[in-house]
Amino acid sequence: MKKTNRRTFVAGVSAAALLTSRSVAFAQKKYDDGASDTEIKIGHTNPYSGPASSYGVIGKTLQAYWKSVNEAGGINGRKINFISLDDGYSPPKTVECIRQLVEQDKVLCTFNTLGTPCNTAIHKYMNSKKVPQLYVATGASKWGDPKHFPWTMGFQPDYHTEGVIYAKHLLANVKDPKIAVIMQNDDYGKDYWEGFKEGLGKDASKVVKHVTYETTDPTVDSQVIQLKDSGANVFFVIAIPKFAAQAMRKAGDIGWKPTIYLNNVSASVASAMKPAGFENVQGVMTAAYLMDPTDKQWDSHPDMKTWVDWMKKHNPGGSLSDASNVFAYAVATLMHETLKKCGDNLTRENLMRQAANFQKWKLPLALPGITVSTSPTDFYPIQAVQLARFKGETWELFGDIMHAESS
Amino acid sequence: MPPFPKKWLIVLLVLGFGIPLLNPLMPDVVSSYRLFLVSTMIIAAIAVLGLNLLTGFNGQISLGHGAFYAVGAYAAAILMDQYDVPYYATLPIAAVICFVVGYLFGQPALKLEGHYLALATFALALSVPQILKYKWLEGITGGVQGIVLSKPEPPFGLPLSEDQWLYYYCFIVMVILFWISHNILNSRSGRAMMAIRDYPIAADTMGINLRLYKTVTFGISAAITGIAGALSASAIAFVAPDSFNIFLSIKFLIGLVVGGIGSLAGCVVGGIFYVLVDNSAQALSTFIKNDLGLQFDLSAYTVFGILLIALMYMMPMGIVGGVYAAMRSLRRGSKGPAPSERPAVAASKPAASRQGH
Repeated sequence: MKKTNRRTFVAGVSAAALLTSRSVAFAQKKYDDGASDTEIKIGHTNPYSGPASSYGVIGKTLQAYWKSVNEAGGINGRKINFISLDDGYSPPKTVECIRQLVEQDKVLCTFNTLGTPCNTAIHKYMNSKKVPQLYVATGASKWGDPKHFPWTMGFQPDYHTEGVIYAKHLLANVKDPKIAVIMQNDDYGKDYWEGFKEGLGKDASKVVKHVTYETTDPTVDSQVIQLKDSGANVFFVIAIPKFAAQAMRKAGDIGWKPTIYLNNVSASVASAMKPAGFENVQGVMTAAYLMDPTDKQWDSHPDMKTWVDWMKKHNPGGSLSDASNVFAYAVATLMHETLKKCGDNLTRENLMRQAANFQKWKLPLALPGITVSTSPTDFYPIQAVQLARFKGETWELFGDIMHAESS
Repeated sequence: MPPFPKKWLIVLLVLGFGIPLLNPLMPDVVSSYRLFLVSTMIIAAIAVLGLNLLTGFNGQISLGHGAFYAVGAYAAAILMDQYDVPYYATLPIAAVICFVVGYLFGQPALKLEGHYLALATFALALSVPQILKYKWLEGITGGVQGIVLSKPEPPFGLPLSEDQWLYYYCFIVMVILFWISHNILNSRSGRAMMAIRDYPIAADTMGINLRLYKTVTFGISAAITGIAGALSASAIAFVAPDSFNIFLSIKFLIGLVVGGIGSLAGCVVGGIFYVLVDNSAQALSTFIKNDLGLQFDLSAYTVFGILLIALMYMMPMGIVGGVYAAMRSLRRGSKGPAPSERPAVAASKPAASRQGH
């Protein structure tokens, strides 16, 4: 190599100084794959076809949300490129889609990927690639494990925690309980059931009858009759709206009047309570964290008004009585806020840091008093719920906001 | 079925072995993702091969091969998860388990023909996800939670990435299975299988043991599809009941019909076809919606349906059958019928008429 003379040395040093000073000046602007001065790429998988395609509305509302954000100028001047792929609720297909998103499309992160088995299939992959898997759309309790999976974060209160809350409330309020449980035979049902048993603790023997159903069953009438015959005075319903409505209606029809706890999944007035018959569901208890769009008490709430206006303007095909649309809107605003907080430092690391840095942030459409809190050791954004009792034609919130720590 | 030209086969094999080595040189063209996608196509091709032996060469229709695929995948997953069996050793065990399951299922299937057999296998495919969730089996199958596995690591310190090795693993297994199938079909047993398909009464009169051949074919077919399942468990590194819904069996059947019933090359074409269509259907649907302005929600299955109808009109013998027919008519047009072509045409005729049912 040529000997370095003084002039080239000086030139080199000054050039280096210039370069470093430039990089200091722009230290704030940092990008990983999927982010640039003009664009942020976000990946998403959702079933739009196949047996679980009813969840497709969530994906459609999310797409409408990001479109409306872009129309309003984007986030910190960057447009959101939201790439949503159809995985048909089949885990091998999710792996394919996610690899396409991460390796071909080079997204910054994935967001609200739907389904417990689908997210389980990509859990390890996302963490080995160090790509944020944010606010997954499943209520399983395993998504908040920053020690082993620092790139994955959940969103909603997990089913496990909710199960614990019902059990504790029941033990404190029902004298001499004899408990009957109906459960959907899948991961969602089991998560609730495990939490419920944990909450009962040594009183688990008070469950006198436990039956299951499959989503392919036409009705759950025979299961409800079995439960009544067990002589139970408490009825815990772990069912999606269609079957929850059937179960509560049948219980009313055959003159069984237990104290009913209903999982939050089916708390919708329009799709569960009304079909069950209002006379059959008086006094039913549930735990809620988001506002129910069919619940009249929220009609004049500013959040609900904003949402209704937004739906009419940007998502005209979406149903105003579908709680899934509220869910999608709420989780998208959380993602929106997270990206906004990242500023110009759009690295994957900073994205996770910001996601794990919410202090009592007020989530639109969450029940009054329920906020988003995360920290580097707490990857469960929403952990509070409030109990509600059905009265007349709406839910009436009662008691305090309950915080529960799961796992 | 006319034999595949040997020189082309060698070219394809060399390409199949060579191209993945370009991965470090051209990471954008031969990307890890594409290698993975080709691996899934290979797995699909093997599954379709299993179904083809049964349906294409033995004339028994199955709508439930997803069940054997699931059994193979779960056998491999449980062996790796609970007994720490290395991933490559799970293939023969999964094959044996699936052979036994297929053989046993073949026994009652003997009494069922045509549409009835199709319905029975359909029921099998529907029940498998439920059986996997059954509480007595939950201890080993993981129930609805499924089983999470690790991906296969390249052996002997080979300087390959995970995806490259996965590709070679699948590719080698595919080549071996196609070689075995080719030899079976060109043996006495293979001719007996096809005789049963074409003229069962004549085959019986000739002294072929229908019962034995039909059940053993069912077993071999299940074993090959089971191997595909075991490979998929390694490739995806996760199994769950949701992975094996009824649509999986239907996709195998689509791959078979599109590729070419009763053709080994057709299995590969069919496997590639269904993975490709599955992947591009959504892009096509968005294209129609956004760029052509038509308000249609096309799901992958709609695209499958349209393509199938179109193919049935243009190439009733599948893509491979159609290509052969086109090549034949081209040659006939230029040189007149080559003498060696004639027997092949004559031989494939009865098969074609049978498969029309």
